[in-house]
Amino acid sequence: MLIRRSLIAFAATAMLTTAAHAQDKSIVVASTTSTQDSGLFNHLVPLFEAKTGIDVRVVAQGTGQALDTGRRGDADVVFVHAKAAEQKFVAEGFGVKRYPVMYNDFVLIGPKSDPAGINGSRNIVAALKAIKSKAAPFISRGDRSGTHIAEVNLWKVAGIDIEKELSAKTLGPWYKSIGQGMGAALNTASASNAYVLSDRGTWLSFKNRGDLIIAVEGDKQLFNQYGVMLVNPAKHPNVKKALGQVFIDWLVSPDGQKAIADYKTGGEQLFFPNANVPGA
Amino acid sequence: MDGNASALQLVFSADPALMQIVALSLAVSLTAVLCAAIIGLPLGAWIALTRFPGREAGIVVLNALMGLPPVVVGLLVYLLLSRSGPLGSWGLLFTPGAMVIAQTILVAPVIAALARQTIEDLWVEYRDELAAMAIGPARRVATLLWDARFSLLTALLAGFGRAAAEVGAIIIVGGNIDGFTRTMTTAIALETSKGDLPLAMGLGLVLIAVIIVVNALAWAARRAGERFVG
Amino acid sequence: MTMRALASDLPIVLQDVSHQVRGVAVLAGVSLTIAPGAPTVVIGPNGAGKTTLLRVMMGLIGPSAGVVTWGGRTAVSATRRAIVLQRPTMLRRSAAANIRYALGSAGIARAQWPARTEYLLALVGLADLSERPARRLSGGEQQRLALARALARDPEVMLLDEPTASLDPAATRAIEDVVRTVAASRIKVVMATHDLGEARRLAGDVVFMHHGRVIENAPAATFFDHPSTSEARRFLAGEQLD
Repeated sequence: MLIRRSLIAFAATAMLTTAAHAQDKSIVVASTTSTQDSGLFNHLVPLFEAKTGIDVRVVAQGTGQALDTGRRGDADVVFVHAKAAEQKFVAEGFGVKRYPVMYNDFVLIGPKSDPAGINGSRNIVAALKAIKSKAAPFISRGDRSGTHIAEVNLWKVAGIDIEKELSAKTLGPWYKSIGQGMGAALNTASASNAYVLSDRGTWLSFKNRGDLIIAVEGDKQLFNQYGVMLVNPAKHPNVKKALGQVFIDWLVSPDGQKAIADYKTGGEQLFFPNANVPGA
Repeated sequence: MDGNASALQLVFSADPALMQIVALSLAVSLTAVLCAAIIGLPLGAWIALTRFPGREAGIVVLNALMGLPPVVVGLLVYLLLSRSGPLGSWGLLFTPGAMVIAQTILVAPVIAALARQTIEDLWVEYRDELAAMAIGPARRVATLLWDARFSLLTALLAGFGRAAAEVGAIIIVGGNIDGFTRTMTTAIALETSKGDLPLAMGLGLVLIAVIIVVNALAWAARRAGERFVG
Repeated sequence: MTMRALASDLPIVLQDVSHQVRGVAVLAGVSLTIAPGAPTVVIGPNGAGKTTLLRVMMGLIGPSAGVVTWGGRTAVSATRRAIVLQRPTMLRRSAAANIRYALGSAGIARAQWPARTEYLLALVGLADLSERPARRLSGGEQQRLALARALARDPEVMLLDEPTASLDPAATRAIEDVVRTVAASRIKVVMATHDLGEARRLAGDVVFMHHGRVIENAPAATFFDHPSTSEARRFLAGEQLD
């Protein structure tokens, strides 16, 4: 009994000490699953750690959850791709300042069989209208992520209030909202030969394509901007503002921007640094 | 981990990332079982041996808690440990410590409920004899726990199985951070969502193999123990 | 074996003791004195109340009515008494470990355990089986181990509930030898049995019970040669009592 108790105390202390010690030179970055799934962090984090010795712990959630994590003070830095939501985050005092970092683009993925007849188009709005009119199967992430919000906005531009119709149940069964991340959405689309809006990065790293190909790309409206923010230490004193700022500064520095541009999957560049572009 | 290597290649080359993930999985689950045993064994024994009002209802609830949904426990622990939550100052969210806490909550009812049943059955057998030897309540609990040790070991293994297999709780409270809170189950979830199904399946087989090895070691320990004290 | 300097539990006196279990009178108006000396054997047909009587004497059961005193005191803790139950439960450990457990529960100092364990196992003839898991001993061996466990408590009074009931003649002989040795070392033995031969062999005095009552209580010679009640006579003649 006594031995067991001692072992427990030891294990707990070891674990907590490791946690506490490791927290000394580390930051928690709340980011999105699509950014993680693209493999970008596996490329960036080692470069940053080698340069600064700061341990970057990336918690990958949906955009909505990542912002919530920032609001709760459970992360030091938030790195997502939903400009309006980010600006709101700063305006409400949860973030210090929004820095644009890079962009990638969304692509509309669809089956080779192309039931909506849109393959090869460069017009996303027309494509979405066609999908709805032909009731072609479509998978939505439905998880308030940056990708999901972008999808909803594109439907709006096409004159369709997709969320209203979904909750009023006036859509048909062709539109499925699964409430999960990009990988899961692609898996589902692959299994059911459906259309799905994806970020290019996740698509390029995705291995379970089945009969899926890129149906629509290149439309300026498919542009996906990333921003990074320090969680406001005024709201959460535990935030590691110095270390967090080092990370942000590196991301927007020539060094960090080059590292982003250097990241390739299958020979293709996924992310395009644009920290210096005003209004990004 | 290199997505292009198969799980088997990673095992045979003792890929450091894979080894780290296996080690973390074992550390978290075994620590959770240890903590849960410290709570659950005396609790189960106490309920088995004490008459109190509402005892039967308590047993029903304890048994039902064996089926606590991991994802719900994960959410609860997340809300507790978040910086905005009551225990935020502990700074445990997104660390292995949070994973141990969540899994301890999941495993403790399993151990307590199974211990309660085992001890109660044994008590029926031992009651007269222990009364004849005028054994007091504290010593009674210790005696029954020791004499039921082999059945209780099975209860611990059941608890370990539950901990090692679950992903819902630890992915929420741990954050599946690469190199820090990524375990076998959360890695499998990640590789599946990335569409790398062969790697995910391979990791799954490695996980099953690890669980079998733990059970085999426990069995061997039991056999060795039996030979010495019956 | 040294006697510890404590107040004595003898004589055990039952005054008009009755015990009801679920409306049935298991003991009815029992008045009895157990005094130091040769073994007291409690005999009677099955269901006579022998087991209950022993349990009351041990203090495991508080009677529904009547008074029990040990050495003139009521509610005495059981440190100086030991009972061997009819079907003793072996702990899931070795034979020696069972004895050590009993020594520990009786508060004997740890330093004395090795010597006492060895002595007790030898006394009951289990020295060779000391490390065998107790549950794997034969019925007779388990009964002997139970005796050793009871003796480990260094008791003044040993209560034995039909210790040879399910044993073959050889095992029975072994148990009876131990009982004789125990009685000879001035421990008061109170033993229940339904075996008349055994009663004759071991008794110093006899308590004859039937339907929860003490029918006769006399020194052995008197009881076996000149029983004073007709039930006793019929029982001794081997008749079925109703």
